[in-house]
Amino acid sequence: MTDHEHSNLHPDDPDTTGHSWDGIQEFNNPLPRWWLWCFYATIVWGIVYTVMYPAWPMISGATPGVLGYSTRAEVAEEIDRFDALNADLRTQITEVELASVNREDTPELYNYSIQAGASTFATWCSQCHGRGAAGVQASGYPNLLDDDWLWGGTVEEIHDTIAHGIRNEDDPDARWSEMTAFDDILTDEEIGQVVNYVLDISDQEADATLASAGETVFLDNCAACHGDEGMGDRVLGAPNLTDRIWLYGGTPEAIEETVRHSRFGVMPSWSGRLSEADIRATAIYVHGLGGGE
Amino acid sequence: MASTDAAPKLYAAQEPVFPKRVSGRYRNLKWIIMIITLGIYYITPWIRWDRGPNLPDQAVLVDLGGRRFFFFWIEIWPHEFYFVAGLLIMAGLGLFLFTSALGRVWCGYSCPQTVWTDLFFMVERWIEGDRNARLRLWKQKWDFTKWRLRVTKWIVWLLIAIATGGAWVFYFADAPTLLVDLFTGQAAFVAYATVAILTATTFIFGGFAREQVCIYMCPWPRIQAAMMDEHTITVAYRDWRGEPRGKGKKRRASAEAAIASSRLAGPTIIGQEPGSTSKAMPEDQPLGDCIDCMACVNVCPVGIDIRDGQQMECITCALCIDACDEIMGKVGMERGLIDYVALTDEKNERAGNQKVPIWRHILRPRTLIYTALWSTIGVALIVALFIRSELDITVAAVRNPQFVTLSDGSVRNTYDVRIRNMTAEDSTFRISLTSEEALRVGLEGTPTLMVDVPADETQLQRVYVTAAPDSPAAEGDRTDLRIWVEQVGETLRAHEDTTFIGRGGS
Repeated sequence: MTDHEHSNLHPDDPDTTGHSWDGIQEFNNPLPRWWLWCFYATIVWGIVYTVMYPAWPMISGATPGVLGYSTRAEVAEEIDRFDALNADLRTQITEVELASVNREDTPELYNYSIQAGASTFATWCSQCHGRGAAGVQASGYPNLLDDDWLWGGTVEEIHDTIAHGIRNEDDPDARWSEMTAFDDILTDEEIGQVVNYVLDISDQEADATLASAGETVFLDNCAACHGDEGMGDRVLGAPNLTDRIWLYGGTPEAIEETVRHSRFGVMPSWSGRLSEADIRATAIYVHGLGGGE
Repeated sequence: MASTDAAPKLYAAQEPVFPKRVSGRYRNLKWIIMIITLGIYYITPWIRWDRGPNLPDQAVLVDLGGRRFFFFWIEIWPHEFYFVAGLLIMAGLGLFLFTSALGRVWCGYSCPQTVWTDLFFMVERWIEGDRNARLRLWKQKWDFTKWRLRVTKWIVWLLIAIATGGAWVFYFADAPTLLVDLFTGQAAFVAYATVAILTATTFIFGGFAREQVCIYMCPWPRIQAAMMDEHTITVAYRDWRGEPRGKGKKRRASAEAAIASSRLAGPTIIGQEPGSTSKAMPEDQPLGDCIDCMACVNVCPVGIDIRDGQQMECITCALCIDACDEIMGKVGMERGLIDYVALTDEKNERAGNQKVPIWRHILRPRTLIYTALWSTIGVALIVALFIRSELDITVAAVRNPQFVTLSDGSVRNTYDVRIRNMTAEDSTFRISLTSEEALRVGLEGTPTLMVDVPADETQLQRVYVTAAPDSPAAEGDRTDLRIWVEQVGETLRAHEDTTFIGRGGS
């Protein structure tokens, strides 16, 4: 207890708490009453809160709280709310001519399509085509930014491709074509010739002798799909061989690989998984990435 | 003092404070400042300012939804927030300046807590009477008169509080429309919630918490205490002149006459009679100028005795100066027993030297440096305000992918150009580029190079820059280019430098 004999207290000093340690005493400077009540109120608040809301961590999950609040349910509610807000636009986009959606005439619909399309693309398409839609160069995932389209680059054609996919077994309307593997059909010499011919028509370095011999091989075996000029055919999804864009690479080795063993790129059909509104929005988004026709 | 065997109390009850009405030069200054500050607060949202058909006509408007801040002829966009940052820095430096020169002058005169508490005291005095009447009422039982006076006071406080909370929301929406909406129940929930919260805080802080806010809730007093120095002017008692206090035999008559004739002097709450404090000395000793009339204590809105020295509770409202000056006048002594003084004055005046004029305390390197910094930032902000353009662009190069090869072998880069049309007119802008290499520019969604941007809006435009096949830019690594955005038919133009990446970079 307080040692009054040796107290150094000044007459104006506040009372002490009565605690003394080696002669060191503690002043009693009490808190204001309102402060103390606020402090008690926060304690009560804390207890009430942990009862009402999810709070205490348990072995599997947390105590749910009597109000049944959950952030997951809140997100679901938010999504429903935004879907309801966009319901008119989503109906509208399934009814209009796709080509008529543009920034000048239908700004609201265009803006919605770009936003919704970007989000759908990021979720479902970016795994193969890349976050920036540049595809994977030389690996068969097409770049959607350039001006070269295997199956057509108008917004309607892009829509068909997304809706039904390419070379998949699930959708009877999927675009289908298959390149012949010429490994067993042509001789090694003929393959060497046609590879040089393709290099030549695409403005790359080629052996002129082999290339001129390759023209015959090309016209006999390849022109049916790729055309006499090698310009490709979009109905068959046959690529243009004269341009500078190569889905599987334009090196002599890559071209030879393609000629010998063929290629078979598959894209899934999205009509079963995405709503028509989302598919149309994605078509408008992809069309606006810089390559749309 | 310390002999307490009872358990220590955990709380201290708030000491009620009943400040007496006072008049004088500082009281008048406080009235003027109260009228100006409250006037600015309540009237500002109602000032109209014509900005043309596309923009709001409210002079001061914080448009959170549209992300604009309007201040008379100035319109601040979110990307110009540095103006607000600059103003906040100026406000901070301004407080440093005023605190180092004049102590807690902000607390004493212009802090909203002080101004509204002062207003609430005025109402309290008007309804319940001055100090003595209020003291009586406080001790009185809760009879009809007490209830009537208390309820009347609370209603008037509540009306002021509602007007305070109400005025705040007018800064965030068109005031006349919002006023109608508030009364017809059409306003947004957040408007009602804001009014309710600010009404509650005004009512509680101004009516009941009062000095407790300054002592326990506000960090500023503690910060200010660290920013004051021995030259800072602050409200203080010249104890070298006043002590030992007391009436004394010789001047008892004049002192008692002064006490009797003054409204301000009188017993304190704890019942100390004037002239009988513990510091009073035997009457045969020579006395100081303080006649211990308690006037300075009675007028104090935070309930302290300034004669105890510098205290954390003191907001330097200077009302004790007015009170003491009145008494000194009646006793026939020089005013300024309580006064604005600096700590260095004590030594100087004890030595009997000439008083140092206030301006010599204020003009010292520290305050001059603060003033210089403050004005430099102010000038910089004003210059920035006048040279800023009404067109602002940002160019973000799309780097995923870095470039796209087109079928003819040309190489294309993509840029997201954001055009901010800060004029009040719908405008058309032409996009072009300059570069040392040959590059072609094109826009997404339009064959032209024109972009329409509505008044006061932002437009994002995707811009394609293409290098011809086998050109130096297409085959090279990096090519610098400058994208220009020019207003068609007008003089506004803006540019931003960026880089074109060719095939050589990968």
